[in-house]
Order: sequence, then C-alpha cells, then structure tokens
Amino acid sequence: MKVGLVCPYSWDVPGGVRSHVADLAVALSDHGHDVSVLAPVDDPADLPSWVADGGRPTAVRYNGSVARLSFGVKATRRVRGWIRDGDFDIVHVHEPVAPSLSILALWVARGPLVATWHSSHDRSRIMSAGYYIGQTAMEKVRGRIAVSEDARRTMVAHLGGDAVLIPNGVRVSAFASTERLPELGAPRPRILFLGRMDEPRKGLSVLFDALPAVLQAVPDLEVLVAGPGDVDDAREGLAPECQEAVTFLGFISDEDKARALRSVDVYVAPHTGGESFGIVLVEAMAAQAAVLASDLPAFRRVLEDGRSGLLFPNQDSAALAMSLIALLQDSGLRAGYVAEADRRVREFDWDRVVDEVIAVYESVRAPDEKVTEDLRGQLVGRLAGRSDAP
Amino acid sequence: MSAGTFLGVILVIGLVLLGAYLSMTAGRLDHLHRRIDSSRLLLDAQLLRRSSVALELASGHLLDPAASLVLASAAHHARTSADLTDDEHALAESDLTAALMAALDPDDLALAKEAPDGPETLEELEAACRRVQLTRRFHNDAVRACRQLRRQRMVRLFGLAGHTPWPEGWEMDDSMPEGLPVR
Repeated sequence: MKVGLVCPYSWDVPGGVRSHVADLAVALSDHGHDVSVLAPVDDPADLPSWVADGGRPTAVRYNGSVARLSFGVKATRRVRGWIRDGDFDIVHVHEPVAPSLSILALWVARGPLVATWHSSHDRSRIMSAGYYIGQTAMEKVRGRIAVSEDARRTMVAHLGGDAVLIPNGVRVSAFASTERLPELGAPRPRILFLGRMDEPRKGLSVLFDALPAVLQAVPDLEVLVAGPGDVDDAREGLAPECQEAVTFLGFISDEDKARALRSVDVYVAPHTGGESFGIVLVEAMAAQAAVLASDLPAFRRVLEDGRSGLLFPNQDSAALAMSLIALLQDSGLRAGYVAEADRRVREFDWDRVVDEVIAVYESVRAPDEKVTEDLRGQLVGRLAGRSDAP
Repeated sequence: MSAGTFLGVILVIGLVLLGAYLSMTAGRLDHLHRRIDSSRLLLDAQLLRRSSVALELASGHLLDPAASLVLASAAHHARTSADLTDDEHALAESDLTAALMAALDPDDLALAKEAPDGPETLEELEAACRRVQLTRRFHNDAVRACRQLRRQRMVRLFGLAGHTPWPEGWEMDDSMPEGLPVR
C-alpha cells in the first residue's frame, strides 16, 4: 500500500508523536509498504527521502505549551500538493486536534482517511461544538485509533463514537542492541530507578527505604537514579550508610535511558499509582534487564502476573528488599525472567503493533480506492471543482 | 444611503451567508452518506469473509463432526441471510458468532492448534473476526456522525437530507473466541 503519514509537530524536535510517526513509518516500510511522511521541517538539508517538507513551523502557544506547528495558506498549499502527487491508498494523520498539518490534510483530502489520537487534552477548542470547519474535517475520518485509554476517553468526549485502542509499539531490537552507559566504572551489581524524584507516585522513597537491607546483603551494589528533581532533597530521604551506593544521573535523554537500562541487572519500578500502561517496563524488558515492579494493575498486566518479571506488594519496602536481594544474588533467577521477558516483549514490538494498524487500513478502504483532493464543502473549492466533477 | 437600501444590503448579505452555510452543510451530509455506503460495503465484505473461513473450518478436520455441523449450518445461514432484511442478516451473523464461540472453547482450540494446518486456519479466522469488529465499529461511527448532523435544526428545516433514509447502525454480537492465534 502507499501510505501517507502526517505529523503535526516539527520533525526537528524530539517528541512522543514525532517518534511514534517515525517508528510507524519504519515498521510499515519493513512490511513492504511505500511510506511518505509529511511534517513541519526547520532544516530540509538532511531529511530522509521518505519525509516530505511541510514548511517551516511557527512557534505558537497551544494547549498550555509552546509547540512548533505549520498552518496558513502556504502550509495548506503544500498539503494539497502532497495529497495530489502522493497518489495514496491511505492517509493516516496524527493528533488531528493540533492546529497544524494534520487537520489541514483532513480538510483537503477525501477517501480512506485514518486518524490517531495521542494525548489527553481536557479541552480542545478546535473540537468544541459549533466549530464548523473542525467538524467538517473530522467527519471524514473513517477509522479512529487511540494510543491509550486516556486518549480514547478524550476523543470520545469530544466526538462521541469510539476508537480502536492500539498502544505505542516499542522498538525491541533497538533496545537490545544499545550500548551500555560509557561513564560507568568496573562491573558490579547495578539497579536503576527512572522517573521524577519528587513525584511520590514514582515511588523513589519506597526504594530508598529498602536500600539498607539490600546493601547489607549486596554491599557492592550501585543504585542509578535517573530523572529530574532536586538531588539534595532526594539525598535527605536516604539513610547515611546508603549515600555512597547511589549515583544520581539527573534528567537523561531517551538514548541515555536506553543505555542506562542496558547497563543494569535489575530495573526497579516502585510506582505507587498513576500508571496506565507501563511502557517503561516493556523498554526495560527489551533492554534485557530483569524487572522488579510494584503490583499495580497496569504492571501486573505487562508482567503477566509475575511470569515475565517479579512483582512485590505496592508500597511494601521490606518485600521489595527481599525480592531485590533474591534477584541480585541469583543470576539463574534473573536469566529466567529475562528469557520470559524476551518472549513477552515481542507482543509490544512495532513489528506486531503495525499489523493492527494495517488491519485498520484494510477496514476503511475498498479495493482500488485512493485518497484524492476534496474540493467539496469549501466554498471556493466547490466552484473550482465543478469543472472536473464526474 | 436610505434606510431601505441599507436593509436591502443586509438582507442580501444574510441570504448569501445562509446559502453558503446550507451549501456547505449539504456537502457535509452528502459526504457522510457516501461514507456510510462505503463502510457498509466493507462490513458486508468482511462478514462474507468470516463466514467463508467458518465454512472452511467446518469442512476441515479441526473440529469434531457435531461441532462441524453446527458451525457449517450457522455459516451457511449467515451467508444466505445477506439477501434478507438487515435485522435478519445481523441476527444470523450473531448466531454464527455464537456457533464459533461454542465450537472453539479453550479445549477445542488447544486441539485444533495441534492439528496440521490448524494454526493457519485459526489465524485466518482471527484476522476475519477482527476485521468484522473493525469495520462494524467504523460503520457505526459513520452512522452516528450522520445522525448527529441530521438532527440539527437547520438540516431538518431545509430538508437537506432529501429522501435519504435515516441511517441505521449494525447491531450484532461480534465477539471472537478467546485465545485465537495471531498471525
């Protein structure tokens, strides 16, 4: 199939939607589909051949943060040209409520159109009742996808109806082949905590309370803590005898997160609540770290009730310590979980997720159908379109 | 400019705006009706595909003779009901769902997976059932959007929907047996 993907946010700025689109494009290509991505681009110099330049983005305040978006007459013209020349079987737009290329693509195209909702905004002006143009564009979407339960709820609240839930994929092979963090010293047992240090629901204090017991059993343990927050405040919650064992990495990039996960024997997720999916567990499993997590419903699901990773009762530091010591002292136990995890993560791999996306494509498209320019519903377009109407 | 001319100008502008609004709304409605037609065709195609796979499953050696017979009759009934009213057809498709669930409970499924060419047929069934779920959901979404627009006062007042019948969703049980292998 010829698939056109539309990313509303600047291609040069890392972000969730952008990397989703890039991963999806790669996975679709791997499945033999012909993919073109349209995105706002700052620097068209070294674009991959499969990315089309949607024009220079403008930084605007939108939904509480500054986003780099493309809109206006020039952007519309580019989208129109891309649709016309692309000859697509499917056009799949992402985050259609963002005032950028996605909604423009829905506006100027007709045919098999699919949209994926990513974030969960409480309020979106473009979708509020009476926004005539937004509705007209949104009505053309034949298949709706949401990447999370929250995103789905948002979409349903705005539009009614329903969406198919297809979670983000994880690039398993990329994690598995990542190198270890270079700045770490000689080999020793290592564990990792990821997340905001001052966010209680990430559970850093649950881990810190367990450390005295763990260090007694495994004295040469190094604890890596990666995430934003004040290091001095965090150290206050740490027993004096444990200070030396803990290394604070601060905020780290996605690449370094993958490296950090690759560098440790055990990834500890002591979250106490607020996790709806647990993608970080999947990433840890893909990086071949043994996973020890609190028994939140989302984590139980990902770890298959403890088959592909060890669970401990939520907020129970003593239980965490016991499980952690067992894992660190028994490499066979760790290897067992890593082997189970290796099987489990394949279900979250983009390679598998993309099949579900393709099933959606096939469910909205009649054989031989193409995405074409839509000249109806637009006052000027209607007049101009009369001549070539069938 | 006299008061009369002024009112005239206002009136003309108002009429032009109204005309534009009606024309655009008619375009929206037309598009939604087409979308419903095409989503319905896609749903019918997937229902047909599902009953074909069910027939294939029933005529193979994957199930016991009794289950095969139940499944074959339900699949056949679903196919022939396509010519009847929508309600009758949807009922027959729900019956096929029930037959699939009954014929493929976890024990049967475990046995069928062991059989030669079992996994392929079951994967095919999984794909067909999933696409029935998807196409049905997308069809009902289109119907819902169209109904919402047709309920608007202006649309009813000016009869923009013409004689197109009130769109109906497709109600059926489209669940699938649990544990079907995924391709």
